[in-house]
Amino acid sequence: MSMNVVEASGLGKRYGGTWALRECTLAIPDGHVAALVGPNGAGKTTLLNLAVGLATPSAGGVTVLGGRAPGSLVALDGIAFVAQDAPLYKNLSVADMLHVTRNLNHRFDQGYAEARLAELGIPLNRKAGRLSGGQQAQLALTLALARRPRLLVLDEPVAMLDPVARHDFMAIVLTAALDDGVSVLLSSHVLAELERVADYLILLSRGRVQMVGEVDDLLASHRVLTGPAGEADRYAEQPVVHVRRAEAQAHLLVRATANDPVPPGWESHPVGLEELALAYLREPGAAALPGPTLPGPARGRHAEPSEVAK
Amino acid sequence: MTALRVAARPEQDASPRPVPWRRMAWVTWRQHRFALAGVAVLLGGLAVWLWLEGLAAHRAYAAAADCHPASSGACGTLVGYFLNYVSTGQVIATVLQAAPALIGAFVGAPVLAREMETGTFRYAWTQGFGRWRWTLAKLVPLGIAVAVAAGAFSLLFSWYYQPFFTQTLSFNAQVPLDAGVFDLRGVAFAAWTLAAFAIGALAGMLIRRVATAIAATLAVYTGLAVAAGLYLREHYMAPLLVKNASAPRSAWVISQQWYAKGGQPVSQNALSQVLQQGAPQLAGGKGGIPQDDPTVNQYLAQHGYTLWTTYQPGSRFWPFQWIEGGWLLALSVLLIAATVWLVRRRAA
Repeated sequence: MSMNVVEASGLGKRYGGTWALRECTLAIPDGHVAALVGPNGAGKTTLLNLAVGLATPSAGGVTVLGGRAPGSLVALDGIAFVAQDAPLYKNLSVADMLHVTRNLNHRFDQGYAEARLAELGIPLNRKAGRLSGGQQAQLALTLALARRPRLLVLDEPVAMLDPVARHDFMAIVLTAALDDGVSVLLSSHVLAELERVADYLILLSRGRVQMVGEVDDLLASHRVLTGPAGEADRYAEQPVVHVRRAEAQAHLLVRATANDPVPPGWESHPVGLEELALAYLREPGAAALPGPTLPGPARGRHAEPSEVAK
Repeated sequence: MTALRVAARPEQDASPRPVPWRRMAWVTWRQHRFALAGVAVLLGGLAVWLWLEGLAAHRAYAAAADCHPASSGACGTLVGYFLNYVSTGQVIATVLQAAPALIGAFVGAPVLAREMETGTFRYAWTQGFGRWRWTLAKLVPLGIAVAVAAGAFSLLFSWYYQPFFTQTLSFNAQVPLDAGVFDLRGVAFAAWTLAAFAIGALAGMLIRRVATAIAATLAVYTGLAVAAGLYLREHYMAPLLVKNASAPRSAWVISQQWYAKGGQPVSQNALSQVLQQGAPQLAGGKGGIPQDDPTVNQYLAQHGYTLWTTYQPGSRFWPFQWIEGGWLLALSVLLIAATVWLVRRRAA
């Protein structure tokens, strides 16, 4: 069954006179680990807050879990959210945090939570405020996953973690996604981490969606062309996303597939996710978006294969 | 870890059955038990003090009241001894005026302000329970808890203060409607405590900072309590009017005014001149005449002046209690509803 875990159309949020997010139209299908990427202040947290019902839109609309209103009881029941810095009641023990979360939700898998905390070596009688940053993030993630959500929303989950903790954290997120079929939407500015986990990418820049789509599609529809630097300008008029010049060579990130012809003297290479995201972040004017209207279960072409190298 | 996994997530698509209210009871208790313990310690400590002081005061009263003959020196000593307790009682009553404000500030204000300040509202409001239900499930039981504690305490206070209202001993007895003690007895103390809690909760939600919300609660509560005592309470029922200082001793006198034969009000200065000319031995200092002096009043009455006193009779104690309790309860409900509404619509 196909369903959009998050669907936004013309979504905007204004704080005072400033638009934190505007004209955001996207659909994240079920069953993905979706990464929300963008520089600080791009509107990532705003979009997540709108999706979990902590904020209300100033323009447009957003639905979750296949058309439910964010913040409604059904939506709250099906979505587990871990906010930035993993807020916990610092004066409660870990066991009490489990108890509180159990009481506040229909489902709570106490056995799962206790087993995971035991694995992580987090003692149940320790106060949440006395745990390390990494342990607090892990506890918050455990609480969220023990709710057995359909959608797990994580706001900058690894920002305060060291590389090892970051790796462990993502491994658990990935396990939940792969084995339990939990859809995941996570924001991050740690691009390197995403290559391994994300199969859906939303790139936000200055409050607008710049690129959205399945990672495989996005990678398949972009190529890096390497050729003589002197010829770079000839192709720069084409739908080139980003130009990077080395001494003699230029690297052009273009919208093209592996089957598109390559100009003579140039080589075509596949692109990595981090490289792709960075290129778009450096070119806020470039965009790779689905068509202007969003079909319900939007799974299709997300980036226009271009006529770059004809 | 496969064994730990739940195979399916049942009833996901069932109609949104809310998480039962009773599940919040433990959460509220667990998170606010120290605040409630603080209330118990504050009121409990004061109660022990009142109890001991009350036993002694009642004994002193009984001794003074039973003393015969009342005019003897020994009896005078006993009455004086009792009057010491009356002064202490007035001090205690003054101190207790602060109790609802403290409860409202330290129990009510942090309920939401702490969540906003530490960011834990992002956790609490995204759980399955739902954010406005969560707010209501915190504020209502906590409000009831502090109101009940205050109500029980004010019963003890009423017992403690009872002898100080009696008119039998030769001293100026306390008046039950007097601002200093009215709001500590009956239903008023519980109602004021509830209102303070509701003010605190709303202030916490509006200000989002614990320390500032506590300060604001103390300020707003004090303003409201002073305004109610000074301006509002006397208007609960139309005051009675009586001629020539014949209001009962238990009456709460609101105003007194002398009128001339023609019916026009006479100033204190004018009366002072009348006394200076006619009976200088009765005239007091400058700018006024001795108040509540029967000889002065009699003299002025004989010369055609009439003293009109407006007052609230002591028998209106309970009607006044219900009126004050009623509007404070309505105000508290309104403030809590406003808080829940704010939580519901407030963007993070």
